[in-house]
Amino acid sequence: MAERDVVFKVLRYKQGETVPHYDTFTVKTDENTTALVALQAIRRDDDPSLTLRHSCHHGSCGTCGMRINGEEQLSCVVNVQELGTPTVVVEPLQNAPLVSDLVVDMAPFFDRYTQPEMPYVRQSEFMPEADVPDGIGHYTRYENCLECGLCVSACPVMGSDASYLGPAAMAAAWRVVAEPRGSDPEFALNWADNEHGCWRCHVAYECTEVCPSDVNPAEAIMSLRGELTKRKFRRVFGLGK
Amino acid sequence: MQEYRTTRDGVRGERPLQAWFDVRKRNLGSWAFAINRLTGMGLIVYLVLHLIVLSTLLQGEQGWDKFLEIARSPFFLAFDIVLIFGILFHGLNGIRVALIGMGIGAKNHRSLFWVLMFIGAVLLVVSAWKVFTI
Ligand code: SF4
Ligand code: SF4
Repeated sequence: MAERDVVFKVLRYKQGETVPHYDTFTVKTDENTTALVALQAIRRDDDPSLTLRHSCHHGSCGTCGMRINGEEQLSCVVNVQELGTPTVVVEPLQNAPLVSDLVVDMAPFFDRYTQPEMPYVRQSEFMPEADVPDGIGHYTRYENCLECGLCVSACPVMGSDASYLGPAAMAAAWRVVAEPRGSDPEFALNWADNEHGCWRCHVAYECTEVCPSDVNPAEAIMSLRGELTKRKFRRVFGLGK
Repeated sequence: MQEYRTTRDGVRGERPLQAWFDVRKRNLGSWAFAINRLTGMGLIVYLVLHLIVLSTLLQGEQGWDKFLEIARSPFFLAFDIVLIFGILFHGLNGIRVALIGMGIGAKNHRSLFWVLMFIGAVLLVVSAWKVFTI
């Protein structure tokens, strides 16, 4: 693929404005240009006031999530030319308060996400057969969730219930139930057990579709429901917890 | 730190109807979700209409007969098919949501959708045939 000019239509919003608008920029791209690199080029060459979040540039920090052509994606791993559209529409994540341009306030997300107190490091299940060097008991790795918020942006229920706990936080709650590692599964279960929690989900599975890191929040929510249902039945029939 | 004021995303936030029904670039689950809401609302409207229509019985036999005449017109019968579609979709998708919610078929939610929709389509064709031939 050769060099090509691609038009970027970017949502803009600054403090004090009542409604956002779109600005268009033309960016020279080659076969390796990612959406994030293109946006940084706009910032460098056309408009230094364009604000966006990013860190690692390789899909592991979860900070560069945005909507590209209407789909929630990590902009650092989206190849612009492979999108195949003459214009690329870039918008901030939905269901989060907008701060400036492509930057949304992630505080409501993290407020919920940290509630179940999921330990972030877990034992790696990928290499059970691997030779562990002397003195090391087992390999560990980080939890899958990048805290990118793509799932929250894509969830239709999140859009109509501002108090909904949301897919990522409930996936974290299920991880605590499935593998407590010192956290309190009872708390996590009770926390998700309400009309803004796991029962609010309407099985659209959009969270799982957009998740870039195989967290599968929809299935985690269904697992929470399954566990809660089991416990309620046991309680009704006097079988203990 | 300087205080900043946030706003909702002007494109979609705080527009719940758009959040439910804007299925552009979305996947099967969102389509099922949106159609489920639409049919749900449609069925509520139908229920109200149904009660209003039943109230014509209060006007005695004449009023009711007049209504039956209209109800047998092809336009009204076509409306019945739309109604049956709404009932079938909402009911069958509801079964899917309930099953998945209990952890049954969560891994195969797409196949579950299509199997139920196939059953729905067969029932819809049979009902349409009955509606127009009885
Ligand atoms: S499965 Fe539930 S949490 Fe996930 S997008 Fe759908 S409604 Fe939202
Ligand atoms: S669950 Fe997936 S989409 Fe949601 S915040 Fe975590 S990594 Fe992102």
